Amino acid sequence: MLSALLVMAAIAIVLGAILGFAAIKFRVEDNPLVDKIDAVLPQTQCGQCSYPGCKPYATAIAAGEADINRCPPGGEEGIQKLADLLGMEFKPFGSDTAAPKPKSLAFIDETTCIGCTLCIQACPVDAIVGAAKQMHTVIAAECTGCELCVAPCPVDCISMQVIEEKIGNWKWKYPVYALTTAGNVAAEATR
Amino acid sequence: MRKLYKFHGGVHPPSNKTQSTRSAIAHAPLSSRLVVPLHQHAGETAKPVVQAGDHVLKGQMIGMPDGFVSSAVHAPTSGTITAIGMQAIAHPSGLPNLCATLMPDGREEWIERIPVDYREHSPSELQHRLRMAGVVGLGGAAFPSDVKLRTGKLKIATLILNGAECEPYITCDDMLMRERAAEIVQGAETLRYMLDAGEVLYGVEDNKPEAIAALQQAIKDSGLKHEAVAIPTIYPVGSVKQLIRVLTGQEVPSGKLPTDIGVQCFNVATAGAVHRALARGEPLLSRIVTVTGNVLRAQNFEALIGTPVAELVALAGALPDTKGYIMGGPMMGFPLPDIQVPLVKATNCIIAASEELFPPPPPPMPCIRCTRCVEVCPAELQPQDLYWFARSREFGRAQAFSLFDCIECGACSYVCPSNIPLVQFYRFAKSEIRAREHDKQLADQARERHEYHEYRIEREKREKAERLAAKEKAALASRHAGDPPLTSQQKTEQAELETRRAHILERAKSEVEHAGE
Repeated sequence: MLSALLVMAAIAIVLGAILGFAAIKFRVEDNPLVDKIDAVLPQTQCGQCSYPGCKPYATAIAAGEADINRCPPGGEEGIQKLADLLGMEFKPFGSDTAAPKPKSLAFIDETTCIGCTLCIQACPVDAIVGAAKQMHTVIAAECTGCELCVAPCPVDCISMQVIEEKIGNWKWKYPVYALTTAGNVAAEATR
Repeated sequence: MRKLYKFHGGVHPPSNKTQSTRSAIAHAPLSSRLVVPLHQHAGETAKPVVQAGDHVLKGQMIGMPDGFVSSAVHAPTSGTITAIGMQAIAHPSGLPNLCATLMPDGREEWIERIPVDYREHSPSELQHRLRMAGVVGLGGAAFPSDVKLRTGKLKIATLILNGAECEPYITCDDMLMRERAAEIVQGAETLRYMLDAGEVLYGVEDNKPEAIAALQQAIKDSGLKHEAVAIPTIYPVGSVKQLIRVLTGQEVPSGKLPTDIGVQCFNVATAGAVHRALARGEPLLSRIVTVTGNVLRAQNFEALIGTPVAELVALAGALPDTKGYIMGGPMMGFPLPDIQVPLVKATNCIIAASEELFPPPPPPMPCIRCTRCVEVCPAELQPQDLYWFARSREFGRAQAFSLFDCIECGACSYVCPSNIPLVQFYRFAKSEIRAREHDKQLADQARERHEYHEYRIEREKREKAERLAAKEKAALASRHAGDPPLTSQQKTEQAELETRRAHILERAKSEVEHAGE
């Protein structure tokens, strides 16, 4: 009886020590959920969700402080992904968030630019190059289309240009056809 | 007799090849205006190295390879470059792309051609020459050949020359093998040398006995140990993985390349182009193209790259009831958006379509899950499942069902009793998945840049504060520089004062915070 108790106690102590050690050794500093949510967000860092970036928004969602339908660049698909990740119901965009727009890039009209560096300071991903009183330009490959540089420009030389469809980014379209003969006849008639 | 193997599925569409093999390959006359696209190959667009107004010689490079997977583009004849800009090209999207327009002067003046004996050069030197000669796969995918020859440390046991040409109507490889077998054999030997491959096999469908005989004769004449193998006619045996399966019995695993199992595959026409590029120093300027379908004289033409398709069709005599033109075969080709588009390195066939030859498909009906598509799928996929996933945009599940192993051969659509355009759904799903992966990559890049941006701002703030503190300290030091050193009592007093000040500051701060709440 006593030996059994001692054995059980010894096992409990050893296992407890391992668990305690593991808890210190493999301690996770951040909330892993935040990173998972952040991975789904489009990383435009535009602040349209009213948080100062994608990571703060992810933190707020993880803490249950923010809704999942506040990210216009992510589109409805983004909401669906967040809903799947968090086991929540899909929610359409609220009335206080901007409507999703086609992806665009900032373009600086270099003849108008006065070189004030305000846009450089506003850019969350350092995608604008230039120096004081020198012409600025956008590195198109790095621009996320967040529009944060548009407002600070004192001479309104920055415009957002929708990304054109080219051979390089062209996609096959969803096949559309009428399923029944009756439908086809109707389609013919309207043509 | 070599033991041959079978792959799963396959179909037997009517071959329609005899129409265009009745006469020899004809040379298409020089066009009055050539439009040479700078993106004729898989990979990066070639960078233009000539300007409008430049006079170029036949074979002069006009587009420089740009990036690892890229290839050069050359002037198909001598003349003047009149423009470099966006023009309609042969692409299913109908979108324009960067092209050089060339007005031929009719003199056909060549650049200096430097023939090389491949045996005297290293494979890497030859790879570079092929890249600069613009040699790409001529079977239809136009993948740069030099990249396929960079096999690294992988040992290549078998080199396969693909002369299967399994798609209906197309006969350009058949005619090339019949008429220029010696060139192909020499090219194949060059490729074998570059890959240090063991055996060399030619896979030709047994519905081309003349081509097989010509190859066998050429091999005999050359004294090389190559082997031309007649393989059973079934679509799509000309697809790389299926051809490897038939000839060697080996299967290329999902997501792997043939080189991973020690096999490499080139089209017979590519071998011919390799031979020309090295032994004659001629870059890839022309190709053989089948013009067939609803035409008076279906035939193969050797035409310069950049020749308008409309001129080739006129040579063959398109009949008045032609409704449109298909580039490629009827199974995998696409309707041309415009008949004025230029011939490119990938154009193996132009089919004039009429209502009689290609009646409009009956309206698609719902999938009845008959699984006839499963029976014919050469990649052993579940086409009906892939169709459901693509249709409902469940891309993750489509990928889990190996969507990217689909070779888009169209066998499933061919047998579908409900006439569902299955391949269109797979293409849609594939391009959506690729676009999402691209977006994901951009997002990861943006996240990294944003994190660095925040770190930089933080660092700048810290550095500014440090600079300010150092400045203050220096000012203080200079103010007290002239004073006599403090006694120990004065020092204690000063320390006490400092602690009190800190305490007051602390209290003031906490009050402000409380007031804020």
